[in-house]
Amino acid sequence: MGKSISNTLQSFFLWELLKGLRLTGRNFFARKITVQFPEERTPKSPRFRGLHALRRYPNGEERCIACKLCEAVCPAAAITIESEERDDGTRRTTRYDIDLFKCIYCGFCEESCPVDSIVETDIGDFHMENQGDNIITKDQLLAIGDKYEKRIAAARAEDAPYR
Amino acid sequence: MEYWVYSIFSGSPDWIRYVALNVFKIGLILTPLLLAVAYLTFAERKVIGYMQMRVGPNRVGPRGWLQPIADALKLLLKEAIIPTNANRFLFLVAPVLTITPALAVWAVVPFSETMVLANIDASLLYVLALTSMGVYGVIIAGWASNSKYAFLGAMRSAAQIVAYEIAMGFALVGVLMAAGSLNLQEIVIAQEGGFHQWYVWPLLPLFLVYFISGVAETNRSPFDVAEGESEIVAGFHVEYSGMTFAVFFMAEYANMILIAALASTLFLGGWQAPLDIDALEAIPGLVWFLLKTCFMAFFFLWFRATFPRYRYDQIMRLGWKVFIPVTLVWIGVIGFATFFTPIGHWFH
Repeated sequence: MGKSISNTLQSFFLWELLKGLRLTGRNFFARKITVQFPEERTPKSPRFRGLHALRRYPNGEERCIACKLCEAVCPAAAITIESEERDDGTRRTTRYDIDLFKCIYCGFCEESCPVDSIVETDIGDFHMENQGDNIITKDQLLAIGDKYEKRIAAARAEDAPYR
Repeated sequence: MEYWVYSIFSGSPDWIRYVALNVFKIGLILTPLLLAVAYLTFAERKVIGYMQMRVGPNRVGPRGWLQPIADALKLLLKEAIIPTNANRFLFLVAPVLTITPALAVWAVVPFSETMVLANIDASLLYVLALTSMGVYGVIIAGWASNSKYAFLGAMRSAAQIVAYEIAMGFALVGVLMAAGSLNLQEIVIAQEGGFHQWYVWPLLPLFLVYFISGVAETNRSPFDVAEGESEIVAGFHVEYSGMTFAVFFMAEYANMILIAALASTLFLGGWQAPLDIDALEAIPGLVWFLLKTCFMAFFFLWFRATFPRYRYDQIMRLGWKVFIPVTLVWIGVIGFATFFTPIGHWFH
């Protein structure tokens, strides 16, 4: 009886509502934790799996030997590889396409690669403007690798002790 | 100002000058009002953002100040879609029926000692009459849309507005008992002499009932079941798009400002300074009025950031079984105290 009276009084004087208002009122003046995205970014792990790239050896030779392990391991069947024998007798790819719409960014290609050629960079924000741009070719992949080689190498070096 | 308008139309007959002056005054009220509506949407997003530890819109213009302009432009440029089986006439007339009362009520709101468009005797009655008109727009919009969601939203909103209209009316009865007048200007003048003279103190329960009813009347959170995104998508305006939607939106926000303005007029002394000292009296009444209105309008946003939506039967219970009895009892208390107890002057 006493309890129900006090409950009634509490709801009548809007006690719980005032408590709720106090909470939001305090938050109103609290420090905001929003990260202003394009200008500010949160730290990224060296293991971040973003846009793909094909790497080269320091002498400029492309690493990929067209073993097709990545193509085989890819769970989304996003990688298409064609290869042939080059004049110097080595096997190289003639075609290395990745469909970014199929790709699930699992990183299996990177893990399966015996020569650390295909990697996933820390580039997390990219877009396509035309139909068909979602399929990136060998040239594009190599270009990405050339452009970001420093970052890629640094991230790999940082993560190496844990591999 | 009047002389300035008169001088432009100096050669015209009297009635043209009279109309010109009043149109000018109406423009003087509505232009800032519509700007205030635009910036109330901005304030809402900012305030709710801050209360949720976010920063709110801050990209369009300096610190986001052009956001409402961008929103308005977007809505203006969008296509107004009329559903195939909708009643075309009613569908288009509903937004107009919603916004007209929301704007027309401002004719009697006293902005300061001299600034009131129509200082009519029964202005409180006029306010009640016009705010009740708004529900027609909602019902017609829901009906004309020929959509089950819109229809359900309209039904909910109509029942809710009718229920809270009564509690609101009773709360205002308390005010007019205390002030002895239906004229808003006289109600404000009756509260002069500092904040302890404001009706918010003797009529505190009525003030709370009035303001909460006002929140319910404007279909604002936590009473926004008429929109109920989770069950009925967007309620009565689900079929509206572009400018027709924008008109509903504007009416909702204009009504919010109106409820805030009326709350400050009826209970917080309107344009009266909070203390009866010269330094504060020197500040124009308009400033006090706007400050009080902003203060009350802030509560709308604060409520929205804080409270979850009421269940529909809870809304009905609150309106019929709590607010109406509370107001009736307090009206009785006011009447009894005024005539039979020595503290009667508190209620005047």
